[in-house]
Amino acid sequence: MKSLKKFGAGLLTLLIVAVFLAIWIALPWPGIVALAVVLALWMALTRRGRQTWEVTKVGLATVTQRLGSSSVVVVGIAGVVGVLVAMLAMSEGFAETLRSTGNDQTAIVLRGGSQAELNSILDRDSANVVIQAPGVKKDAQGKPIASGELVVVANLPKKGDPQSDANVPIRGVSEDVWNLRQQVKIVEGRKFQPGLRELIVGKGARAQFEGLDVGKSIRLAGQTWTVVGVFDSGDALESELWGDTQSVASAYRRGSSVQSVTVLLDSPKAFDTFKAALAGDPRLKVDVSTTREYFGKQSEGLTKVLRAVGITVGIIMAIGAVFGALNTMFAAIQARAREIATLRAIGFRGLPVVVSIMLETMLLALLGGLIGAGIVWIIFNGYTASTLGANFSQVVFRFHVSGDLLWTGIKWALAIGFIGGLFPALRAARLPVTAALREL
Amino acid sequence: MKYLHLIWAALFRRKARTFFTLISILAAFLLFGMLDATRAAFSSGDSVIGVDRLLTTSRYSIIQSLPASLGTRIAAVPGVAAVGSANWFGGIYQDPKNFVLSFAVSDNFLDIYHEIELPADQRKAFDATRTGAVVGEPLAKRFGWKVGDKIPLQSTIFPQRNGDKTWPFDIVGIYKAAPGAANGTDQQFFFHHKYFQEANAFQGIGTTVGWYVVKLTSADKADAVAKAIDALSANSDHETKTQTEQAFNASFAKQLGDIGLIVSAIMGAVFFTLILLTGNTMAQAVRERTNELAVLKTIGFSSRSVLCMVLAEGVLLLLLGGVLGLVLAGIVVPIVAKGSGGMLNLPPLGMQTWTLGIVLMLVIGALVGLLPAIRAMRLNIVDALAGR
Repeated sequence: MKSLKKFGAGLLTLLIVAVFLAIWIALPWPGIVALAVVLALWMALTRRGRQTWEVTKVGLATVTQRLGSSSVVVVGIAGVVGVLVAMLAMSEGFAETLRSTGNDQTAIVLRGGSQAELNSILDRDSANVVIQAPGVKKDAQGKPIASGELVVVANLPKKGDPQSDANVPIRGVSEDVWNLRQQVKIVEGRKFQPGLRELIVGKGARAQFEGLDVGKSIRLAGQTWTVVGVFDSGDALESELWGDTQSVASAYRRGSSVQSVTVLLDSPKAFDTFKAALAGDPRLKVDVSTTREYFGKQSEGLTKVLRAVGITVGIIMAIGAVFGALNTMFAAIQARAREIATLRAIGFRGLPVVVSIMLETMLLALLGGLIGAGIVWIIFNGYTASTLGANFSQVVFRFHVSGDLLWTGIKWALAIGFIGGLFPALRAARLPVTAALREL
Repeated sequence: MKYLHLIWAALFRRKARTFFTLISILAAFLLFGMLDATRAAFSSGDSVIGVDRLLTTSRYSIIQSLPASLGTRIAAVPGVAAVGSANWFGGIYQDPKNFVLSFAVSDNFLDIYHEIELPADQRKAFDATRTGAVVGEPLAKRFGWKVGDKIPLQSTIFPQRNGDKTWPFDIVGIYKAAPGAANGTDQQFFFHHKYFQEANAFQGIGTTVGWYVVKLTSADKADAVAKAIDALSANSDHETKTQTEQAFNASFAKQLGDIGLIVSAIMGAVFFTLILLTGNTMAQAVRERTNELAVLKTIGFSSRSVLCMVLAEGVLLLLLGGVLGLVLAGIVVPIVAKGSGGMLNLPPLGMQTWTLGIVLMLVIGALVGLLPAIRAMRLNIVDALAGR
């Protein structure tokens, strides 16, 4: 009978933990603030609450005596939160860089089934049909605003490691590109001149590769090209080198064909008209998407993998941290067994004891979460990294430690603290008063 | 060894505490096993099977192809045993998500890659079938292909002459990768360059190859031969860059991002926490047993053997949790690899992972045991027994 009761109690505890975790994950921040306020009011206004506050104060005051074991909770949770937030910040940063490259008012046209610009090819006639299609915005002279583009990949030595080459994308663009991609600004030097072997380089590419400063020349396809400018766009285009479509095409013997056509639409709503017109044209077999959709899709795979890895690693580490916290808190209540028993003996009920121990653990956890998230924020926010993108070449992106991610980290920390504190707290409340008083 | 039962008893003096610590250690080494597998998956460059092979690619860009005529000139370079070639096909099967690593290869390609183990009769069938293809076993399993199947593979790049981008292939062979082959060797799809050349809508492509694979007569001539091959095309419009297969793979893996660095950073964070956590447990355990240790010394245990016992306790704790964690990782890794549907190609835990793991367990175990052990060694019997 007794063991059955114990089993039932264990089951109930597990159930509470599961329910708590489910609610916790679903809860937005106002909910948690409300919870904190309710808890504070309870502690300030009711008798039980005030008792809890007193017990908690004693617990917190003695933390300094248990510095070593308490720091285990803090550091363990800081580690979990740090790794989790860093991985998610990487995933988020990559997705954001690609997402912001596109928008709803420009559309990109590729040969059907190509998936990436590098695989695509459109002959001159098809490209012209695309440019003349309805829905494309015209400039003051009545000329459609569009850019027929080529993307080729070149090997260039990476900065700091001249022995290892990496792939850099070179984009041939037409003159309209400045109207089409208005986020692109020249920050140093000047624009390239059509017809000449001149290149402008993205800020990200310049930071990653050797010898891309203004005035330097590089060899591409056996010819010498001069870097004449540096551009800034704040998105994935920054990883590229740009030249004139015709010059790039002649260097790489592409004739008059292009790989993609990007057009500026009259308005985001014109996309459907534009797409329908191209789909209905028997001369063409092309894929049409808004640039937002096109670049967003490129980040999908890697973003998902990074998220999954981050969360898996986070969960495994969290399990380790929970048991670390359990150890620490069990040791803590053991050290305070007499004191807790005394409180019980003079009339304190179980609830204040339970709540105060959980509060202590969760405060330690909160501290750990703040430290972990803070360190990651200081080191990694804006940290630049690069990886291989859809065009088989380097995409430079920045880690983005957003407020949301920091919040996620704190939530994880508190959840670990809750579980790590619950079991020791229940044990403390159930401690037989007489036995505990007699100990030692 | 004769103290083992004593150490064991000390370790399980407080079952709950040891159990909690063991789970934390287990979690840390489970992570270690999984992350090391991931690192290995991205650094396939350290396979020793390909040491006698060079890869010749265009110097300026991986997307530029090389003239087919270069092959015979490379073959004439002293030190070259055989020259094969391959073209990137960019195949997908049914859905864009099902990317297939597919290559149009020269007839002798499978001879040069001797780690591709294809039954002799299937090899014969491959040579005799124009549209024949051989695929790695896991890849065939993933899509349910069997020998004799006719399958359509769509190229993201090359249409056929009739404008259709779907190419029919006959699966004539399913190969296994020899042990020690680079990770991912058994995930590939090979077919005849001749078929690729004849049916391709881009006629110019047929007369070029993506890259050359050069088999050397001996691995130590690699540098000299690589220089000689690059000299063949110096100052032409198709200058080449020749490097060992390992160097090529390593530089490619590097482009994906510094996986090694990320993994080491995570592991650093994990093990730092682990040291702190187990160190704390050990310190607690020894502090509690002050009395017992004093009794041990009283009845004649030397200070040194007390030191060793406490150290051994730490090492044993780490070994118990760590080995369990690695075993668990060995079970979980293949499941993850399977679950990713071929996306993530995790090799099973190798000797290297185990060795490194055990070294780590010993070092961390000694590290966390050290301070409490020294304290136990210096214990003054009279003070300890008096409870001072």
